Amino acid sequence: MITAEQKPIDEIREMIEPYEKILLLGCDSCVAECAAGGEKETAMLASTLRIAAKMEGRDVLIHEKTVDRQCVKDFILPLDDIINQYDAVLSLGCGAGVQAVAEIFSEIPIIPALNTKFIGETRDQGYWVENCIGCGDCMLYYFGGVCPLTRCAKNLLNGPCGGSKDGKCEVDPEVPCAWQLIFERLSAFNALERLEKIYPPKDWSEKQGRGPRKIIREDQQL
Amino acid sequence: MREMSQLKRVLDNGDMAVTAECGPPKGADPEAIFKKAELLRGKVDAINVTDNQTAIVRMSSLAACGLLISAGLDPVLQVVVRDRNRIALQSDILGASAMGIRNILCLSGDHQSFGNQPQAMGVFDLDSIQLIQVAKTMRDEGTVWGGDPLTKAPELFIGAAANPFADPLELRVIRLAKKIRAGTNFIQTQCVYNLDRFEQWMNMARDRGLPEHVSILAGVTPLKSSGMAQYMRDRVSGIDIPDELMKRMQGVPKNRQRQEGINICVETIQRLKEIQGIRGFHIMAIEWEEAVGEIVARADLLPRPSFDQD
Repeated sequence: MITAEQKPIDEIREMIEPYEKILLLGCDSCVAECAAGGEKETAMLASTLRIAAKMEGRDVLIHEKTVDRQCVKDFILPLDDIINQYDAVLSLGCGAGVQAVAEIFSEIPIIPALNTKFIGETRDQGYWVENCIGCGDCMLYYFGGVCPLTRCAKNLLNGPCGGSKDGKCEVDPEVPCAWQLIFERLSAFNALERLEKIYPPKDWSEKQGRGPRKIIREDQQL
Repeated sequence: MREMSQLKRVLDNGDMAVTAECGPPKGADPEAIFKKAELLRGKVDAINVTDNQTAIVRMSSLAACGLLISAGLDPVLQVVVRDRNRIALQSDILGASAMGIRNILCLSGDHQSFGNQPQAMGVFDLDSIQLIQVAKTMRDEGTVWGGDPLTKAPELFIGAAANPFADPLELRVIRLAKKIRAGTNFIQTQCVYNLDRFEQWMNMARDRGLPEHVSILAGVTPLKSSGMAQYMRDRVSGIDIPDELMKRMQGVPKNRQRQEGINICVETIQRLKEIQGIRGFHIMAIEWEEAVGEIVARADLLPRPSFDQD
């Protein structure tokens, strides 16, 4: 999933300050899972902003709505019926959601309420960790299901560096050394020979070759 | 201009090699480099110039190596992959060779979060082993990575680091083997204090026949004080100082701790000389280049070999 965190409330208030009729737009997918922009969080932010406006004696109209996926056109288009009532949208979608909505409704400002973080997993209640950078050429097979490009602080493909001590990363003693994990996983599968191979320089054009990436599949198109 | 690496000549000649380290200044003053150069002249075969070590901004390694060249010394250009992508790294290698720099040490580099630019983007386009591969390709194939020909291949003696004290030990030996296969000619190790662990690593390396294919220079760093020892043990990643050495430093009055640090360093070199497969020493006297002369003299490493330049 894509993870995100809500921006500081003062930053949000500063961005919406010029507007009097605001739609808070939640997203019920990834950002709901990471408790940043789902229906519940959208309702909470809306009431916080209403109280703040009231305390300042300002008459601001704040409505809220949550769509299933802010990053999918089919879910955004129905907003066409209501969006004209507002002079700004405060989106609780990820960066992709904000931009997808802005692309369709170009006449209205779409303001981000979240800081988008990373592709990650819910490790535990209230605990999310990054484990994929979307490099475009998955190498997890070679590394026992642990991605060194994401989980090693130096992105080493032929690690570990000299800073791995007692299984922890030099950068943060709370963080396991990805190469220690890789070593343990491959040892368990009797596959340590995969670490003898020299992995050559990565083809980063799969990630950032010519600007934003796209996937086009004619078999999926109407 | 220097035709050949002095370090390579010494090793090719079968002599024990000695290298030292020169950290560039946090400023634009060339005298800082020349001063350190004079402290090391005649005491060592080549001088490593660190590349923004601990991720603190300093004079560039390439420029400082150029200053050492102008002083008639043989620098080892340390190159970290933290700050430059493969375009910049290859470009610097060509520039270094053009300036007469004949040795390069390929490193990952201390993580940017440790230094005075913690908000910097870490590049890490290549890792240290891939940098070795790229440098070797440039030298031996006369091409950049990807195959485009160079008008002139760089002349390089390629080095890499090894840390026998980091975990897991088995991977340390696998990684050494990979560095050799990637094309490193010499290895400089992390500073040795824990000789037992170092021997264990060397034994495992010998079991795989690795020392036959690479010149291993054991790293040593004289301790300036018990405080420094404690700081290094607790705060510097990859440093392993056994309790007995800590006690030895603590057991000496403060005004004699520097001398004790040098004593330990000399004894360590003497013991390392007994280990089969060690081809030399890399003396990292951190901001204490004055100590190197005494260490090499007392460790019977003088005079340094000299060869007629072609």
